[in-house]
Amino acid sequence: MIQVANLVKRFGDTTVLDGIDLAIDQGEIIVVIGPSGTGKSTLLRCLNFLERPDAGQLTIGDLDVDVTRASRADILAARRRTAFVFQNYALFANKTALENIAEGLIVVNRWPQAKAHARAREILSRIGLADKADAYPASLSGGQQQRVGIGRAMAAQAEVILFDEPTSSLDPEWVEEVLALMKQLAAERQTMLVVTHEMGFARDVADRVVFMEGGRIVEQGPPSQLFNAPRDPRTRDFLRKVLAAQPAISPS
Amino acid sequence: MSVLDFDYMVGLVPILLRYLPLTLAMAAAGMALALVLACGLAVIRVLGIPGLNGVTLLFISFFRGTPLLVQLFLFYYGLPQVLAFLTQINGITATIMGLTLHFAAYMAESIRAAIVGVDRSQTEAALSIGMTNGQLMRRIVLPQATRVAVPTLMNYFIDMIKATSLAFTLGVTELMGATQKEAAGSFLYFEAFITVAVFYWVIVELLAWCQRRLETRLNEAYRR
Repeated sequence: MIQVANLVKRFGDTTVLDGIDLAIDQGEIIVVIGPSGTGKSTLLRCLNFLERPDAGQLTIGDLDVDVTRASRADILAARRRTAFVFQNYALFANKTALENIAEGLIVVNRWPQAKAHARAREILSRIGLADKADAYPASLSGGQQQRVGIGRAMAAQAEVILFDEPTSSLDPEWVEEVLALMKQLAAERQTMLVVTHEMGFARDVADRVVFMEGGRIVEQGPPSQLFNAPRDPRTRDFLRKVLAAQPAISPS
Repeated sequence: MSVLDFDYMVGLVPILLRYLPLTLAMAAAGMALALVLACGLAVIRVLGIPGLNGVTLLFISFFRGTPLLVQLFLFYYGLPQVLAFLTQINGITATIMGLTLHFAAYMAESIRAAIVGVDRSQTEAALSIGMTNGQLMRRIVLPQATRVAVPTLMNYFIDMIKATSLAFTLGVTELMGATQKEAAGSFLYFEAFITVAVFYWVIVELLAWCQRRLETRLNEAYRR
């Protein structure tokens, strides 16, 4: 269970997050959509303290913290309860696929190397890359790199995996395999908070779709309601634009 | 023009070999100390520690901005007149000190650039899984910075080996000093100095060979 209350983030004079309230149940899959620059990524980065929020209360599992008073220990605790998947994969370039997945287990969770590598191998077969265990990121395709990035997040056994536009940097040919892996995780009821422009994924996989604009949540609901009967004119306007650009999934 | 005296040159080799360890030892000591100092300076610059950052900039500016020979004379002949405890300083110590400070100033900037050059998103990824700053540096940033810095640092090491020859101006009998003495005795200047030139050349080529092997190893993760 994750709860965000009145989360505020400013960059200089610009308020990027203007009081976000969001609750995520265990096993829930939430997709966040909205125009560029509305704070979707910043929301994810604040949950992981990659950005320091300016105000708000954050509850992740048994951690409950006022973000303005978060200590170093609180921040590490929040990071251990959330896993992040980056738009540009951000794999450790000096480590193999196996080591990328095992790194957190060894360094953060202090597992013995053998145990961590055994778990990493399990995850590699779940993400369909068992044969790439010893490959370095530079020799992997974009799709494979992002699957390793997701594998690294899976290893953390976090309360939630935060996906920050996981397919936006990918060549079109690799998008499908990454979405397929995310669908597989969703089917296993892995709690997920996903920022994406893949409306097909949102419609098929999300339990709830959140529409953000101007640093606020404008509207949220199950995909059937949000896509077929959006209440707010801003939501309707946004959907009209993106669905026109993605004709394959326009209203069925 | 007389023909080169090859017998003399061959006879010089075992004599010069006796002084090789001192030359290598000064270079090795200078490199080891310079690396430690340069890493410290680089970290101060990367973190921008107030106060120390300014001192570091001044240090780098001075030791990069003045000739090594001037610095060596300053340490060996100059400082003992000002600082009483340095009256005992010998030529070897002064040389190692000069090499350390001079090359640390150059190396600090290479190391800083290498650290800054590691992809910022990997830093975020390491933090996102709950690593501390220390773990992030040790396991992710420094190993990758090393790969970037090694070619330049090896260049400085090569330069430093050759710069040890300046020690002879402080009265140290190392490779160059020994050659100078031999040449003064035999008047065969060309033979003596071409022999010592080949000495330095061979050392540097051996080192360059090591460098290539090291780089191949460090590049293993980046082959496509």
